Amino acid sequence: MNFRFRSYYIYVAVVFIGLIYVLRLLEIQVLDDKYSLIAEKISLRKQTIYPQRGLILDRNKKLMVYNEPVYDLMLSVPIKLQDIDTTEFCRLVNIERSEFDKRLEKAKRTAYHGKAIFIKNVSNVIFARLQERLYEYKGFFFEIRQDRNYKYNSSSHVLGYLGEITRSDLESQQESYYEQGDFMGKNGIEKFYEEYLRGVKGESYFYVDKFGVNKGIYKEGKLDINPKDGRNLYLSLDIDLQQYGEGLLDNKMGSVVALDPKTGEILALISSPFFDPANFNIQNRSKHYADALMDPTKPMFNRAVSAPYPPGSTFKPIMALIGLQDGAIYPETHFGCPGYYRLGRRIIKCHGHTFNTSLERSIASSCNTYYCNTFKAMMQSDKYANTEAAYNSWRNYLESFGLGQELGVDVSGEFKGWLKDASFYDRMHGKGSWNYSRIISLSFGQGELGMTPIQMANVAAIIANRGHFYTPHVVHRIEGVNEIPEKYRVKHRTMISPTTFDPVIRGMLLVNESGTAAGVSIKGINIAGKTGTVQNPHGKNHAAYMAFAPAENPRIAIAVIVEEAGYGATWAAPIANLMIEHYLKPDSVLISSRSYLETRLREANLIPEKFIRKSDTTSNAH
Amino acid sequence: MHTKSHIDIIATFLFLCIATLGISSVYSATSEFGVFSLFEGRSGKQMMFLGIAIFIGLVFLLLNSNFFELFSWPIYGAIMLLLVAVLFVGSDINGARSWIKIGSFSLQPAEFAKYGTAFAVSSLLSTIGFSFYKKADVLKLIVVILLPMALIVLQGDTGSALVFASFILVFYREGLSPLLLVLGISIIAIFVLTLVYGSLIFSVAMIVLLGVVFAFTYTNKKILLPSILIVVLTILLSLSVQFLFDNVLQDHQKKRIQVTLNLIEDNQGAGYNVNQSKIAIGSGGWSGKGFLNGSHTKGDFIPEQTTDFIFCTIGEEGGWLLSSGTILLFVLLILRLYHMANRAKKKYKRVFIFSLASILFFHLTINVGMTIGIMPVIGIPLPFISYGGSSVLSFTVFMFTALKMDASRDEDLTSEF
Repeated sequence: MNFRFRSYYIYVAVVFIGLIYVLRLLEIQVLDDKYSLIAEKISLRKQTIYPQRGLILDRNKKLMVYNEPVYDLMLSVPIKLQDIDTTEFCRLVNIERSEFDKRLEKAKRTAYHGKAIFIKNVSNVIFARLQERLYEYKGFFFEIRQDRNYKYNSSSHVLGYLGEITRSDLESQQESYYEQGDFMGKNGIEKFYEEYLRGVKGESYFYVDKFGVNKGIYKEGKLDINPKDGRNLYLSLDIDLQQYGEGLLDNKMGSVVALDPKTGEILALISSPFFDPANFNIQNRSKHYADALMDPTKPMFNRAVSAPYPPGSTFKPIMALIGLQDGAIYPETHFGCPGYYRLGRRIIKCHGHTFNTSLERSIASSCNTYYCNTFKAMMQSDKYANTEAAYNSWRNYLESFGLGQELGVDVSGEFKGWLKDASFYDRMHGKGSWNYSRIISLSFGQGELGMTPIQMANVAAIIANRGHFYTPHVVHRIEGVNEIPEKYRVKHRTMISPTTFDPVIRGMLLVNESGTAAGVSIKGINIAGKTGTVQNPHGKNHAAYMAFAPAENPRIAIAVIVEEAGYGATWAAPIANLMIEHYLKPDSVLISSRSYLETRLREANLIPEKFIRKSDTTSNAH
Repeated sequence: MHTKSHIDIIATFLFLCIATLGISSVYSATSEFGVFSLFEGRSGKQMMFLGIAIFIGLVFLLLNSNFFELFSWPIYGAIMLLLVAVLFVGSDINGARSWIKIGSFSLQPAEFAKYGTAFAVSSLLSTIGFSFYKKADVLKLIVVILLPMALIVLQGDTGSALVFASFILVFYREGLSPLLLVLGISIIAIFVLTLVYGSLIFSVAMIVLLGVVFAFTYTNKKILLPSILIVVLTILLSLSVQFLFDNVLQDHQKKRIQVTLNLIEDNQGAGYNVNQSKIAIGSGGWSGKGFLNGSHTKGDFIPEQTTDFIFCTIGEEGGWLLSSGTILLFVLLILRLYHMANRAKKKYKRVFIFSLASILFFHLTINVGMTIGIMPVIGIPLPFISYGGSSVLSFTVFMFTALKMDASRDEDLTSEF
């Protein structure tokens, strides 16, 4: 029998199988792009290349903040983790075996784009140790990000710090720039100028093998994006002045803000106590955060912009200006002061000074009576229908000084201070049933009035400028950007006309010549200032002082608050005056009385007993 | 009429094309692992083996055309001895004791067993008076086939043992009743349907089917009994398949079958290879990612990339064009070999060449089928392409033996059919 014909069936079967396979290949290779997508997901990795964050320098180009790499040990989550010498690996990275398993599980759970952080912020030692043997541990690699480090243990409240992006930040971002795990400015300058400082992240695409090891660049780098480094930022701070002031405020609770009145630039912004910014970088934060938070002296609280203090007598020049502008008093107005101001059965005490007080002398000797009279004259002026109208007018003047509102500074934590509406007194005393006598203490800066140190410094700048100010700011120049943000270039005018300032400035000059601050005046610099001793219901008085100098061509305006220290003339004025001298004459050698003053200030510990922690006292005893 | 026939140019050309494709694919699949030249590493070895095999093949061409027919049984016997020997002196690789170490090389006798068995089968079938209806002849045939199969299964290499099923096609061509083929296909169908739907649903379906058939043909009493018998048998078979599957097969074997039938998805376990393989091939697109540019190949995602899963490299780097082209080359070679078998004047030669074509057909179907997920994973190589000295050597020598037999066909007298 010839079975040759059966061969033909087999031919058909061969062709049939061939056809089925070719069609199947057509299906998975050409018609279905699922496999291409999966293949890319499996073997294509995007590596983020973090740019150098912009450096931060002071006004004299002194480097303050620079970058320091931190290494995250990453695990390119493999489909199958290669057999590695786990014991040795654990020894190298200094973790327990059980910890390894836990982290591995977590990495598998949290993997994003095929990779996950295995150990965050690996120390330099571990990095160096592991880096050279990393080839043994396929799938593990380091991702380098830029953390901050600091040249000076200074300016922490201005600089702020970086932090890892939070979930809510991630969700609320508009341009979807950030990814999980990215660092961003969380506070201070780092936050305000994040957009300039951060630069632009780069991307590099490459293939990985099944252990996540880099196997070459994707499409010759066609999709890669080079990172763009961040812009350097020059601050208006003078780091010398800043550090000098920080030294003077050592062991005190308080604040100093110094401005350049001509530009609104912040020359120094100190809140004491402060923390070492290096303690708050990414690597160290966890070790210090809780401690700083628990400290009763609140080192993280930025007193310079967040703490409202009644201005006390430093308010008197403002009151004088309003009185003059409003016609309640004239430059020639004198009030008699018997050492007190009588208000019905109440007596408001004044200090011992000559009976017949001129405007200038009232500032120099800080006469309460003069301002009670001025305030009364304004509140009862025929110009106004009633006290409420007069109060509103007074309040408007203050608002034009930037009080009772946020100035819009580029320092984190700004508070608007206290400046009550007339309705507040309506609620307190009943509508229409209050008059000047109820609120007379406002005239000398007590009562329901609160100014932050930066507001107070801004008032000094306004007086120095005779009526205008620029919103205080710490940005001096952004590299590659022509101008600083517009809001810091706008001139704000107060409601006080320039000529009104003359007698007030004369009075403020007298403060240092023969008035309350005469004992701490600086020879050769005409400082216009005003001391204040702020009543504090919780303890000793706060010492306050505001000033500007040189009076003929003001280059610095300053406000100082030392909490629970006592007289403004004793504690606040010398700090300010020393800083003024330091700024205006950085090279002059301090004469002996000055250096005595400086040492006395540096060494004084004015932190109230109640804020000293037990642990601190014991450690001091040793 | 020409008096002297020559070596078949078409088959030789197809073979050389496929072998070249093999070397370049092996090179591509290993190029990322410290192999920077075609002549190094696995592609280098592949070339060397191919060279040795072609040399042997050329020597074969010089032999007397009756050499193989005379030495059929000694060749078969020698290879059977090797299969026995490997059980005692073999070394274990991947859980199978299939290799004999000779110096730095490992010989895999199972690869040569197909070649040896083809001789024995050719010799047996071409014996004068051989018939599929003689018990003694069939018994001899069964022994000749089952002996190497059993020895290979003992080595733990079930995949290679299954290849011997391809001889069924040879037997069919030589007169075996097609009922056996139908039976074989039916058994596979029952197996698949049982695993997909379970033996209960299968049985119910068969009974319903019987009812339907009976309803239309109830007047024809003749087919009633046989059809009841068939249904009972299939149900019994289905139940035993279920039993076999649940109780006899090992877990990894079960899973491979289940994954192939899409019954379970296990891309991290049993289905890992196939899944990665499909991804690699599927991501090739029309024309592939380019030679040496397969990211999945480079990434070493597919185990056995140079051996059993070499087709992935072709599919990924050459896309649909090259992978279809490869299949076309194989189909043409197989058809050409069948054609060569049919033009042989001696039954011995016809059976031998037919065996080679059928074995190639089986390898192609299983190997490519498993890489594209329509056949279960059975670890057998893609002939001439997969890396492996024994595989390249045995297939090439097999090929040249067939070429020699074909080339000398004019010397033969037309033999009986």
